[in-house]
Amino acid sequence: MKAAPFEYVRPASLAHALELLAEPGPETRIIAGGQSLVPMMAMRLARPGRLVDIAGLGALAGIGRGDDGIVIGAATVQAEAERSPLLAAEAPLLAAALPHVGHVQTRNRGTIGGSIAHCDPSAEILLAALALRAEVELASVRGSRRLPVHDFAVGAMVTAAGDDEMLVRVLLPARPAGLAIGAAVREVSTRAGDFAILAAAAEIGLDGDGVCRHLRLAVGGASPVPVTAGAAERALLGTRADAGAIREATRLVAPLLDPWDDQRASASYRRRVAPGLLARALETAAGRARSPEE
Amino acid sequence: MADPARFISTRRRVREDRRFVTGTGRFVADIRLPGALHAAVVTSPHPAARIVSIDTRAALASEGVVEVLSGAGLPDLVDPIPNALDTPGICCYPLAVDAVRYVGEWVAVVVARTRALAEDAAELVEVRYRELPFVVDAETALDPSSPPVHPAHGSNLLYRRLFSWGPVESDFSAAPHRLGFDLAWGRSSTVPVETFGVVASWDAGRDLLDIWASIQMPSFAEQVASCLRLDLNQVRVHYDVDVGGSYGVKRGLKHTVVAGLLARRTGRPVRLVEDRLENMAGGDMHGPERKFRVAVAFDDDGMIRSLKLRALEDVGAQSGRAPLQLGKPVSAIVGAYRIGSVAYEAICVSTNKTGQTAVRGFGMAPTNLALETAVDRVARHLGMSRFAVRRTNMIRAHQFPYRIPSGSTYDSGDYHAVLAKACGLARLDRLLARRAAARAGGRVAGVGIATCLEPSGGNSSFEALLNPKNTTTTWPESCVIKVDRTGLVTASIATSTSGQGHETLTATLIGEELGIDPDRIRVLHADTLSAMPGNTPVASRMAIMLGGAATGAAGRIRDRALAIGAHLLGLAPGEAEWSDGAAVAPDGRRLSLGEIAQVAHREYHRLPPGITEPGLQATHVYQVPTGGTLPDADGRGQMYPCYSFAAHLVYAEIDRLTGTVSLADYVIAHDCGTVINPDIVRGMVIGGAAHGIGAALYEEFAYDGQGQFLSGTLADYVMPTAHEVPDIRLVEHCTPSPLTSHGQKGVGEGGYLGAPAAVASAVNDALAPFGVACLDLPMRAGTLSDLLATATEQP
Amino acid sequence: MSVPVTMTVNGRAVSDTVEPRVTLVDFLRDHLGLTGTHVGCEQGVCGACSVLLDGVPVRSCLLFAVQAGNRSVTTVEGLDDAILQDAFEETHAMQCGYCTPGMLIAARGLLSDTPDPSEDDIREAISGTLCRCTGYVQIVEAIALAASRLRQDERHG
Repeated sequence: MKAAPFEYVRPASLAHALELLAEPGPETRIIAGGQSLVPMMAMRLARPGRLVDIAGLGALAGIGRGDDGIVIGAATVQAEAERSPLLAAEAPLLAAALPHVGHVQTRNRGTIGGSIAHCDPSAEILLAALALRAEVELASVRGSRRLPVHDFAVGAMVTAAGDDEMLVRVLLPARPAGLAIGAAVREVSTRAGDFAILAAAAEIGLDGDGVCRHLRLAVGGASPVPVTAGAAERALLGTRADAGAIREATRLVAPLLDPWDDQRASASYRRRVAPGLLARALETAAGRARSPEE
Repeated sequence: MADPARFISTRRRVREDRRFVTGTGRFVADIRLPGALHAAVVTSPHPAARIVSIDTRAALASEGVVEVLSGAGLPDLVDPIPNALDTPGICCYPLAVDAVRYVGEWVAVVVARTRALAEDAAELVEVRYRELPFVVDAETALDPSSPPVHPAHGSNLLYRRLFSWGPVESDFSAAPHRLGFDLAWGRSSTVPVETFGVVASWDAGRDLLDIWASIQMPSFAEQVASCLRLDLNQVRVHYDVDVGGSYGVKRGLKHTVVAGLLARRTGRPVRLVEDRLENMAGGDMHGPERKFRVAVAFDDDGMIRSLKLRALEDVGAQSGRAPLQLGKPVSAIVGAYRIGSVAYEAICVSTNKTGQTAVRGFGMAPTNLALETAVDRVARHLGMSRFAVRRTNMIRAHQFPYRIPSGSTYDSGDYHAVLAKACGLARLDRLLARRAAARAGGRVAGVGIATCLEPSGGNSSFEALLNPKNTTTTWPESCVIKVDRTGLVTASIATSTSGQGHETLTATLIGEELGIDPDRIRVLHADTLSAMPGNTPVASRMAIMLGGAATGAAGRIRDRALAIGAHLLGLAPGEAEWSDGAAVAPDGRRLSLGEIAQVAHREYHRLPPGITEPGLQATHVYQVPTGGTLPDADGRGQMYPCYSFAAHLVYAEIDRLTGTVSLADYVIAHDCGTVINPDIVRGMVIGGAAHGIGAALYEEFAYDGQGQFLSGTLADYVMPTAHEVPDIRLVEHCTPSPLTSHGQKGVGEGGYLGAPAAVASAVNDALAPFGVACLDLPMRAGTLSDLLATATEQP
Repeated sequence: MSVPVTMTVNGRAVSDTVEPRVTLVDFLRDHLGLTGTHVGCEQGVCGACSVLLDGVPVRSCLLFAVQAGNRSVTTVEGLDDAILQDAFEETHAMQCGYCTPGMLIAARGLLSDTPDPSEDDIREAISGTLCRCTGYVQIVEAIALAASRLRQDERHG
C-alpha cells in the first residue's frame, strides 16, 4: 500500500496555491491534514499527480469572529477547534460534533475544511455545518464566492467546488442572542471513533419561559448528503420541546432520508433508527439548554 | 518439589517487555539484509475464473523490477502446498496455476528494489480471465450440482464423517425432553496487528536457505523444504524473530515458498511483508465459518443425556490444515458436562473464498458456543436457572480423572468451585437485581454465563483422527541448557515467540529447579537446524511442554552438578543436597554452581568417577503426557493431556433503538492448574476474552453475492478497541494437573473459548423477554435492532 | 523525483532526500533505521505507527515525510519516558509488543494534557490504537499507574 508517485508543492501563499490549482496538467489535489486523502492514495483509489500542501498557510488557519458569526480557516486543525473556547461558546453544535471525529491522532492532523471538502455522508463536521446552515467560501484565481454548505455538498464525496477552487473558510452564523442554547451529537457506530452508521445533530435555543425559539436538526449517514430536518424544526419551534413533542416531530425526518444497505446496517435500519437517534440528540441538547452546567 | 516454589506463581516481570517498551524488539519487517528486494502481489479480482493469459512484459520493464513470477510454470519449480487431509484432486500452489478460486488469490509476484516500485509494476501485470461459476455459501456448496471449487476433486465435499459415541438414539428416545436449533459462527479470525512477513536469503556458497519469518507453525521448515524440493537440512528458519501477534494464524507457507524461490532465482534476499490489503484478502488467515445443527435430549431436572451435533465448516478455497479444526473439539465434545452419548457429524466443504487457517482454540470456540447455547436453551425450556442446569450437569470434583464418550480423559478439575467463584466475584445476586431494575426501566438487559474447557498440551492427534494416513503420536518440545565456566546459565528453545513470554517461562522454571535467580538466565531462540525438536506455541501447549522440557533439562543439570559437588565436598553420592544454587554438605559447607562449573569445564581430574563428559550441559526432549497412542476405529482416543476450565459471567445491555450492545461486569473464574507467571496468565485470559467479544459482536470477513470480499481493511473488519472491551476481572482457582512438571495446564486459548458463548448468552438472555433470539455470530447492532423492532414484548 | 526534507527526529536534526510518496513511518524506518515505530495497516486505523509530531500523537502512515518538513518528531526510541515505560513493564501491558510503541505514544499524548486521567480518559486516548493481545485492561492499568507516579514525581521532584 504505497501511493503512486506524485509531485509535492508547498506554496508560499494562498495566491500561489490557487495558481497551482489553476494550472493545466496532472490532477492537482489540496492536502492539509490528509487524514482522508492519504489512505485513499495508499490504496491507490486516489492518484493525484500533484499535491499542494496548504497546512502551513497562516491565512487558512484559525478561528475568529466575522461580521455575522464565526469564521474558521479551512486548514484549522480539528484538535485546535476542539480546544477553542470561542467555538465552544459560539458554535456549541460544532464543538459537540468534534469529539466524535475519528481519534485523537487523526484530530491532531485533520482539518475542518478538509472534512467538509471530503463530503463523506457520515462525517460529523459536515453534519454540524449543514445543521447550522453554515456557508463555505471557495477561492480560485477567478475570485472567491460564498455558498451555503447545503449547495456545496452535492452528493456523497461530491461537491460544487470547481477543479481550480479551494475551500478556504467556513462561516457559521452567529448563535441567537438571549436564548439558552444546548447542543448535542449522537451517533451509532460499530466502534466509537468509526465512521458513523448514523449520526444526528441537534441545537436548541430556549427563551426565558422554556419555549423553543431556535432549532437546528440534521441527520447523517442515511442519505448521500446529511439532511436537515426542516419540518421537524418548524414543528417544534414555539413549543416547550417536551419528550412527546420531540418524538412526534423527529419522525418527520424519515421521509427525507435516502438510505442504503451495507455491511454494517440495512437501509430499513437506518430509516427506522434515525428519528429516534435525532430525538435523543435533541433531548440531550434540550437538557443542556435547560441546565447548562450539566 | 519439596521446597515451596520461590519463583513460580510470583509476580515477576516479564523479561521480553523491556525490548518492547524501548522500541528494540526485532520483528520481521525490522530485519534488513543488504541488497534485499521487495515483493508485491498481483491478486485475483474474481471468485472463480480461468486464467487465459498473463503478460508480465510491461511489469518487467518497469523501474527497479528484478523479477516477475506467475503461476505459469510454477509446478515445474515447486511442489503444491501440503493438504492435511491428503484430499484427492486438490492441488494448491502459492500462485494460482491456470485458474483462480477466490478474490484476493495470488496470481503473480513482482520483486523490485523497493516496495513502492514493486507495487507500481504489479499494476502493469496484465492478466486476462474468463470468469467461471462460483459458490460462496457452504450449504449450497454441499449440493452436488454446485460449481466445484476444485473440479479435479469431483465435488466441494472435503470431509464428512459421523462419529457416534454411546447409545445416542436410545438416549434420545428415552429422554422426556428434546430440543434442537441451528446456529452459525461467522467467518472471523484473530487478525494480528502485524501482518505476516518473511525474509528469505539463499546462501549459494553453503547451499542453504535462510528464513526469518513472523511464523507460529509446527513443521514449517519441513513444509517449506518439501515445497521447494530442498533437503530439510538446507532450510534454516531463524526463531530469533519477535512475532507481532499470531494466535494461531501466522502460517505463511505460500509466502515463504515464493520468497525462498525468488531469493534463489535472483541471488538476492527477498522480503515479502504483506500489506494489509494482501493480508486480509489473500493471506489465507481467515478462521472458522461454521454452521451447526444441535439437538439435545434431557431429563426433567435438566440433566442432558445425549447430544447430536452437526458441524458444517466452510474452509474456503485452500484446504491446508483448516479441516482439522473440526477434530480438536472431539477432545472436549461434551464440555464440562456429564453427557453420556454424542453423535458428531463433521462436514467440510470448499467455497470460492479465502483459505482458512488455524485460529486460537483450533475450532473449539464455535463448538463451545453451540454446546453452551444448548445448555442455556435446556434451562429456558424447563424454566430453570442456567446456573442450576450447569451445576446439575457438570462433572463433579471427585469424578476426576473423567473419561468422556469420545475417549479423552480429563485430568483434573473442580468445575463447581470455579463456577461458584465466578458467581461470587460477579456478585450474581446483584447482577440479577441490576438486570431486573434495568428491565423494569424498559431497558433490554441480560446476564450471560458460559463455561469452557481448554484442552491443552496435545499431541496433534486430531490429525490422526481425521486422516488415517497420519500416524503422529508425539509432539515433543525441547530445551537445551548449558552452564558456562562462570556458572551462568544459557538456555536455548526451539520456537519463536508471539507474546506468550517463553523466555520468562523458561527462565522461571530453570531458576526454580536450580535455585538461582531467573533474571540471570539467558534464553535464546535457536534456529531449526540447531534446535532440538519442537512444535511451536500452538494448542495451549508451552507451559506444559516447554515447561516440562526446561524443568527436565534443568533437573539433569542439577543432578550432574550435585554429583560433582558431592564428590568435591568429599561426600558419597546422595549425602549432599542441592539448595539455593549450590551443593550443600550436612555440615553446611557449600559449593556453588559456579565453582562446580569451573571444575566441570576445566579440571577433568577432579570429576567423580563415572562422569566422563566435561562441561555442564543438558538437553531434554519432553514427550506429551498421555501421548503415544492413535485413536481407535470409532475415533476414540486421548487427544490432550490437560484440561483447563473457566467460567465467564457478563452483563449486557442492548440499546433498544440502535441495537448496540454494551458489556459490563465481565468476570472470569479460571483454573489452569499452577500459574507460572500471574501477569502472563492474566493477560492471556483477558486478551482471549477480547478476541471472543470481537467474534461475538463485531468481526466478520464478509462476501457479497458476487463473491466479492467486503472486509479488506481494518475499517471494514471491525476489531474491538479499548471502548468495546470492558474491564474484565479474574479470579483463579488451582487444581494442579497430576501430569505436568508443576501442575500447570494451558491458558492461551480459554478466554477466546468462553467469551463468545458468554456474550451470546447475555444477549439472548436480554432478548428472551421479547420472544426472539439471535443465533448468528457476529450479533450486529443492526440485526439486534431489527429483532427487537419486530418482537412483541411478552408480559 | 526525490526532494530534500529536513526535520528534527528525537531531538536530532536530520536531512535526507525522499520521494514525496514516502510516508513518515517509512522514512523513519527505512531511511533513519528507527524500526521501533511499527506498520500495521497503512490506512490510519490501527495506530501502531503513532509518533509525536510537535508533541502531539499522530499516525505516521497518514502523512508523507515531506509534510513533516521543519517539524519535530518523537518516536518510541526517543521517548525517554522512564516512568511510563516502567509502568508498562510493571503491569505487563503487552504481549507481542507490536502495538506497544503506539500505545506509549498515545499515553504520552494523554498525560501531557491530562495528568490525572480517569479510566474513561485513558480508554478514549488509546481507542485509536488496536491491541490484539491484551484486551487493554493491563494497558489501562499501566497508564493509570504511570499517571499517579508522574504526579508523585511532580510533587516530590
